[in-house]
Amino acid sequence: MSPVLSVRDLRVAFRTGGGLARVVNGVDFDVEPGETLAIVGESGSGKSVTSLAVLGLLPQAVTEVHGSAVFDGDELIGRSEEHLRRVRGAGIGMVFQDPMTSLNPVLTVGRQIAEALQAHEKASDRAVRTRAAELLGEVGIPDPQGRLRAYPHQLSGGMRQRVMIAIALAGNPQVLIADEATTALDVTVQAQILELIERLQGEHGMAVVWITHDLGVVAGIADHVIVMYAGRCVEEAAVDDLYSRPSHPYTRGLLSSLPLLDDPRSARERDPLTTMPGLPPDPVALPEGCAFYPRCVYRLDDRCKTEVPPLAPVAAAAENHRAATFYRIDAADEPEGQR
Amino acid sequence: MTQGDVLVRAKSLEVHFPLPAPGPFRSSPGAVRAVDGVDLEIFRGETLGLVGESGCGKSTLGNALLRLVEPTGGAVEFDGTDVTGMPARELRALRRRTAMVFQDPFASLDPRFTVGESIGEPLVIHGLHRGRERRRARVSELMEIVGLNPDLRNRYPHEFSGGQRQRVGIARALAGEPDFIVCDEPIASLDVSVQAQVVNLLVRLQRELGLTYLFVSHDLAAVRQVADRVAVMYLGRVVEIGDGVAVGDEPQHPYTEALVSAVPVPVPERERVRERIVLQGDIPSPTNPPSGCRFRTRCPRVFEPGPDHDPVLQPVGSRQEAACHLHGVTG
Repeated sequence: MSPVLSVRDLRVAFRTGGGLARVVNGVDFDVEPGETLAIVGESGSGKSVTSLAVLGLLPQAVTEVHGSAVFDGDELIGRSEEHLRRVRGAGIGMVFQDPMTSLNPVLTVGRQIAEALQAHEKASDRAVRTRAAELLGEVGIPDPQGRLRAYPHQLSGGMRQRVMIAIALAGNPQVLIADEATTALDVTVQAQILELIERLQGEHGMAVVWITHDLGVVAGIADHVIVMYAGRCVEEAAVDDLYSRPSHPYTRGLLSSLPLLDDPRSARERDPLTTMPGLPPDPVALPEGCAFYPRCVYRLDDRCKTEVPPLAPVAAAAENHRAATFYRIDAADEPEGQR
Repeated sequence: MTQGDVLVRAKSLEVHFPLPAPGPFRSSPGAVRAVDGVDLEIFRGETLGLVGESGCGKSTLGNALLRLVEPTGGAVEFDGTDVTGMPARELRALRRRTAMVFQDPFASLDPRFTVGESIGEPLVIHGLHRGRERRRARVSELMEIVGLNPDLRNRYPHEFSGGQRQRVGIARALAGEPDFIVCDEPIASLDVSVQAQVVNLLVRLQRELGLTYLFVSHDLAAVRQVADRVAVMYLGRVVEIGDGVAVGDEPQHPYTEALVSAVPVPVPERERVRERIVLQGDIPSPTNPPSGCRFRTRCPRVFEPGPDHDPVLQPVGSRQEAACHLHGVTG
C-alpha cells in the first residue's frame, strides 16, 4: 500500500528578531491509509509546526519552509493558497487543541458546519442543513437538529470538540490531523473523544495523525510513533517496540519519568521519578552536533558533540525501528521504560 | 505519620458564589455551589491528594482552607483553632504557617520583582530574618533548598524556564517556614520532562521539612506518586476518600472507578486491554446540582428509584470511605 501522506526532509524556520529560529530540521514520515500515526514531543519540539507547514498554515512573511509533503500523489509545499484550500478539509481535516478559539463565537454551530460543507460542494441549503445535523449526530451530540442553532459558548468543552470533529469530517477527509485535540479536556471527556475518533476512523477508514505530548494516550491509540526533539525525529517505531525497547536516550528518559497510575506501591514506597536534567535547546542557537547532547546521560563525548546522528535502524533485525543516536542500547540492557 | 493528629479540618464547609442578578430590581438566579458540604481531615505530616475534574470545586476547597476565599458555611480548623471567623490581625499570624504553590509560575510571580525579591517578600511581610544581610542569607538558603543557584537572585522571572519559575514559587512558599502547603496543580503547566523534577522536589521537601500538603491535581497518576491519601471530588462534594493505594486500585465509588479507568497508562499492552468506563454526558451545572445523588445523571450503576437524598461518606472496608447508595446503609 502506498502512503496517503509522505513527508520528506521538511524544514521550517522562523525569522525572528533574535535570529533564525530553526524549528523543524529535516523530518521524514509516511502516513499509511487507515493507520494512526502519533507524533510525540514536548513544547517547542516542532510537532505542531510540522503539521501546520504541511497544510500551508504558517504565516508566509516570516517563515521559510523547505522539503516535500506529498498528499495523494500531489505536492503540497509551495503550492498556491487556492490549491491548499481544496486539500484542507476535503483531503486532510484538522482538529486543534482549543475548540473555543477555533470556533467562531458569533456564528451558530450549524452555520459553521454548513460553511465547511459548502466549501467543497454545491448543495441546496436544505440538503446542507440535513447533512450538518447528520454530522452532529455522528459525533455523538444529542438533539442534533436543535443544536444546529446553538452558539459555541452554549456548549461544554467536550461538545465543542465534537463540533470541531464534525467540521473536520464535513469534507470526508482521508487524513485527520488531531493536534493536542484532547489536551484541554478532562480525562473522562478525553475518554469520550478518543472513543469517538476510534469509531469514526473505523467507519470512514481515514488515517489519523495524532499530535500530542501524552504518552499514555499514544499507548492506547497509535499504530506507529514518531518522537520529536528540537525539530528532528529522534525515534520512530511501531507502538509496542517503542515502549518495550525505547532506543533513543530522550525516549527512555521520557518514558521512565512518568508516574504510573497502576503501580501498586504506595507513595512512600515508591522511588523518586527518574528525571532528565536540563532543558531543550533554543531553536535560535541549536548545538552543532546532537541537539540532545547537553542532556544526554549516554553521550559519547567527541562524536555526539560535533556530529548529528542520523535516524538509523536500532538493530539489523528491526528495520522499522529507528533512532537518531550513536549510543546503541544492547539487548542485555533492559530498558528502564519496561516497568 | 500518626493518624489522629489533625492539622487541618473542614466541617460541613460550603463556598457558594452568588450569581449576579440579571438586572436592577431582579433577584439573583442562585449561586454556584463550588464547595457544597465538605468534611475533611488532613493529618500532620501527610500528603492528601485532591482529584477531580474542572469545575468540581477542588481549587476552591484549597483556597477556602487557607481562607483565600471566604466560606459561606461550615468551618475550617487549623491546628485545633477555628479560623473561619478569625479577625485579620490573628489571621496574619496564621498565614505564616500556611502557603500555596500555584499552577502557573508565569502568572504567579511579579514580573517587575527579581526572583530574590519575590522569595524575600514573605520575610518582609512577616518580619522574619530582619535586616538586609540576614534576609539575603535566608533567600540564598531557600534558593539552594529548591535547587536554584543563589547567584541567579537578581534575575527576573522572564529569564527563567517554567520549571525554574516553579522552583522560585516553591522557595517563596517555604519562606515563612509553613506547616501546611496547598499545591494547586503545581505541575499542570510544565512539560513532561520537567514535571518529574518538580514532583521529586515537592516530595523531598515534604519528607525533609515534615510538611503537610494538600496536593490538588487533575492528574491521578501524579497524585498516586505523591499522596498518602486521596480524596475525589465531584460537583462540590467529596465522593471518596482514603488510602492512596486503595482509592487508586480498588475504587469504591462509581465516579472514582470511571476516573481511574479513563487515565491512560503509558504501557501499550496494558493500555489496550484496560477496561475504559466511558461516562455519558457532561458534568451538570454546579448552580443546580441533580437531586438525590449528584452523580446520578451520569452514573453507569444508577438504580431507579434511587433514594432521594445525597449519600454521605461511609466506611467501605478498612482503608477508604465512599458516598454511594450502592454501599447499603446511608445517612
